[in-house]
Amino acid sequence: MTLDILYFAWLRERIGAPREQIETSAATVRDLVAELVARGERHAAALSDLGAVRVAVDQVLSDLDAPLGGAREVAFFPPMTGG
Amino acid sequence: MRILVQTEPFDATALMQGFGAGAGAVVTFTGLVRDDDGLVALEIEHYPGMTEASLTRHAQAAAERFALSDVLVAHRHGRIAVGEPIMMVATAARHRREAFDAADFLMDWLKSRAPFWKREIGAEGPRGWVVAKDTDEAALDRWTNPQ
Repeated sequence: MTLDILYFAWLRERIGAPREQIETSAATVRDLVAELVARGERHAAALSDLGAVRVAVDQVLSDLDAPLGGAREVAFFPPMTGG
Repeated sequence: MRILVQTEPFDATALMQGFGAGAGAVVTFTGLVRDDDGLVALEIEHYPGMTEASLTRHAQAAAERFALSDVLVAHRHGRIAVGEPIMMVATAARHRREAFDAADFLMDWLKSRAPFWKREIGAEGPRGWVVAKDTDEAALDRWTNPQ
């Protein structure tokens, strides 16, 4: 499947881009992270501490074990600081 | 219900015209950029699409939980100077307790569940990203695990 991957705040800065499109057969977010980390140093550095990373699947807050079947967009970002 | 996500400043007085007509209590809260340690401005990034959906969902949850007759959430993004409003919530209910609690509940949710990220801008230029506080997470817990 084709997935749009989005990055925000310091994750965007460490990756060096706000979004990318990838072909993947990852079953879960955790599988997807492993594929992204294998893409290179920037990805590996940005995704090295998953305790500091939050994820949304199709714009809904999710977690590493969430399934990706049918998903179109996955976003990675730090804990939110709104308000 | 009204949800506003925008870069421009908002006019709180104008937004409140006609808000909560017929209610017994209206509470408004406005968050400003605090004058912290030489701070000049905040730069706020958000997740277009998810932001609006998230604010709408939380406003609906507040409206149901506290039996609100009206609710408004306005949140800015982009560069916001010290002293300017960042965001505002308004709640209307029959009685003050529900209106106060709903505003408090909404603020706690927005702090750590709405997809916004703040970065500090000093006179020297951009500083770091604001780090989420454990106390914000704890504040959220009290609504899901009431003592």
